Amino acid sequence: MISELEMGKAESELELGLGLSLGGGTAAKIGKPGGGGAWGERGRLLTAKDFPSVGSKRAADSASHAGASPPRSSQVVGWPPIGSHRMNSLAAKSAREEEEAGKKKVKDDEPKDVNKKVQVGFIKVNMDGVAIGRKVDLNAHSSYENLAQTLEDMFFRGNPGTIGLTGQFTKPLRLLDGSSEFVLTYEDKEGDWMLVGDVPWRMFITSVKRLRVMKTSEANGLAARHQESNERQRK
Amino acid sequence: MDLRLPSKVLEHILSFVDSNEDRNSVSLVCKSWFETERRTRKRVFVRNCYAVTPEAVARRFPETRSLTLKGKPHFADYNLVPDGWGGYAWPWIEAMAAKCPSLDELRLKRMVVTDECLEKIAASFKDFKVLVLTSCEGFSTDGLAAIAVACSNLRELELRECIVEDLGGDWLSYFPETLTSLVSLDFSCLDSEVKLSDLERLVSRSPNLKSLKLNRAVSLDALGSLLRLAPQLVELGTGSFSDKLDQEAVSKLSQAFSEMKELKSLSGLWDVLPEYIPLLYSVCPGLTSLNLSYATVQMPDLVELLTRCSNLQKLWVMDLIEDKGLEVVASSCKELRELRVFPSGAEGLNDTNVAMTEQGLVSVSEGCPNLESVLYFCVQFTNAAMVTIARNRPNLTCFRLCVMEPFSPDHKTQQPLDEGFKAIVERCKDLQRLSVSGLLTNKAFEYIGTHGKKLRMLSIAFAGDSDLMLHHLLSGCESLNKLEIRDCPFGDTALLENAAKLETMRSLWMSSCCVSFGACKLLSQKMPKLNVEVIDEHPLETRPDSSPVERIYIYRTLAGPRLDMPEFVWTTQKNPEIGVSHLAIK
Repeated sequence: MISELEMGKAESELELGLGLSLGGGTAAKIGKPGGGGAWGERGRLLTAKDFPSVGSKRAADSASHAGASPPRSSQVVGWPPIGSHRMNSLAAKSAREEEEAGKKKVKDDEPKDVNKKVQVGFIKVNMDGVAIGRKVDLNAHSSYENLAQTLEDMFFRGNPGTIGLTGQFTKPLRLLDGSSEFVLTYEDKEGDWMLVGDVPWRMFITSVKRLRVMKTSEANGLAARHQESNERQRK
Repeated sequence: MDLRLPSKVLEHILSFVDSNEDRNSVSLVCKSWFETERRTRKRVFVRNCYAVTPEAVARRFPETRSLTLKGKPHFADYNLVPDGWGGYAWPWIEAMAAKCPSLDELRLKRMVVTDECLEKIAASFKDFKVLVLTSCEGFSTDGLAAIAVACSNLRELELRECIVEDLGGDWLSYFPETLTSLVSLDFSCLDSEVKLSDLERLVSRSPNLKSLKLNRAVSLDALGSLLRLAPQLVELGTGSFSDKLDQEAVSKLSQAFSEMKELKSLSGLWDVLPEYIPLLYSVCPGLTSLNLSYATVQMPDLVELLTRCSNLQKLWVMDLIEDKGLEVVASSCKELRELRVFPSGAEGLNDTNVAMTEQGLVSVSEGCPNLESVLYFCVQFTNAAMVTIARNRPNLTCFRLCVMEPFSPDHKTQQPLDEGFKAIVERCKDLQRLSVSGLLTNKAFEYIGTHGKKLRMLSIAFAGDSDLMLHHLLSGCESLNKLEIRDCPFGDTALLENAAKLETMRSLWMSSCCVSFGACKLLSQKMPKLNVEVIDEHPLETRPDSSPVERIYIYRTLAGPRLDMPEFVWTTQKNPEIGVSHLAIK
């Protein structure tokens, strides 16, 4: 389940990140210098004010659209009405063609990804003592603290509409500082289990495969392994 | 004198009554008929999962074998429904597991299905047979493994355009060696490669396998060996059709295709290379359904294929077919019933190199007497073309025209497309589904309201002048069941004046229109049997009543307000702080 992170904030900057988790849209806005990168520009939901000719149409002549420039097809969310599977297929095909043609496509100012539903950010999270695993969208988070908060909310408080989790945890989990009963660990692309928090966030999100909230008592062996692997890397 | 029919007799009679419409009538006759009917109903269809509670359904129909559910509104397909809106399968699976142990078929569309759901299905229904998930999301290949390993009598596993977290192709290996009952397998929407040897073994021990839809990762070479193991297939979805094969492999593949005497439906064909098109010639005469909508071949190659498909009833293709290709379809495919033409441009925009216009559809309407269902994406259209199409094909039941640039007029006369759509609704008296596009004024909707008496589903985007449009539709279209509107200047008046109509419909979706917050509140107060959901990212407490809302989704329900609404869905019940409407009622 996606956590309803940062929802409801009345920032006028908020864009509705359709097709991606809502939190992801805001996270991308916060602290991101330019508009490019993995997120790029996502289509904004057009409201009545984007159609000045439409909004004031009631009294005006219906035949003229002179005052307004209608949105171009490519800038409108969900238009033309093609399902996301087909959109992805077309986008992939065009990317392949561009590659073959040797052209470097400038992705940054094109809102062409608006309809692509990206699933890469979701990873599984399991917690010791809880039978049911959850999923979290890494792309919706900008830091370890962020992620820890989400996980705490997820397992500590449960969201409406999701499978009810046990309410047995009465104190905050404090996953990152090693002071609580639980620690946060992750499995990386090589299949090794590591403690979360030692590598820069960006590096972490590219190498993490899944997360586990583990009992501190069980995690002792991990710390040693982690140090070992660090030493290995340094050599 | 007791005239009551003994329930055993009634049960026997009802065993011949399949249609749920008839069964619904039966259940209204009297209490004992209601009881007998509910205990014997085997298939239940809930077309809006929030219209009724899972517990109520499970309690009423304890013997049901099959459940079909639909969750999110249709516009979710185009990313207009934010993530987290709802449509969770879990409560349904939980309720059915508790009360309906005979359930062996589950068909879900546009719902959120998690791995936990799949695990629960696998654990709860002893004889589970059929799982069909269409446009669902929320699960991973781990969940599929759970189904594969536990459902020892599985017959159908179909994933149609689902968004699946793909953790690899191992899931397929979990089908036990003892599973021999498979009839249909569709994993075309997955990305990862499955182990070919496991797939081959599965296919060879499934003598009843009739439908196999592979994913893109299955190579052409692998296809050959699979076809040799399953020449009895009736439906085939190939994998990628673009690997380079040597001459021997090609002739072996050709041979394999020619052995497939039962094949009626062909799909997949991703990136098919023109030189491989002839491999398909041998199966063409038998085909009734052909999906070339992912086949990026040009018109001449498409034509070669289609001239051989004289029995084709359903054709999905890209606009690469051009007008010329559609002319060939018109002369070769006389049995055609359904045509869908999709755009080939990467952004769904017109590729100016593609020579497909309104003429292509006109040709098909002239040549194919049984044509009843059309979905047509194109760059331009004319009123004259629609008039001709309507005259040729008054038997149309589904007409979905998507002129891709919003507000495009008739490209010859520069007039709105009102007259064209008028012809369609006037002539096609059995039209049930209509999607309009292009430049349209209120007139078009007046025509639709006047003539569209059998219309059940209507989709509108970027159209119209004012509220009158919505009024024409809601007051005129007697059979209207689903109405979905985006980016139109429809507002409060029509909605409030026709509020009662909304209870006769399944649902209404309006996004980026001019519906005010106050109107939503008022509607919600007036109509307790409707759920009026305002889906808006900005908080509403501080909004004035006159401010427009981003989206509304209104549906009739027996279940009352739902309990799983996320923060961005507002209703007066969930958010009493947003208060009473101060709008004056006209």
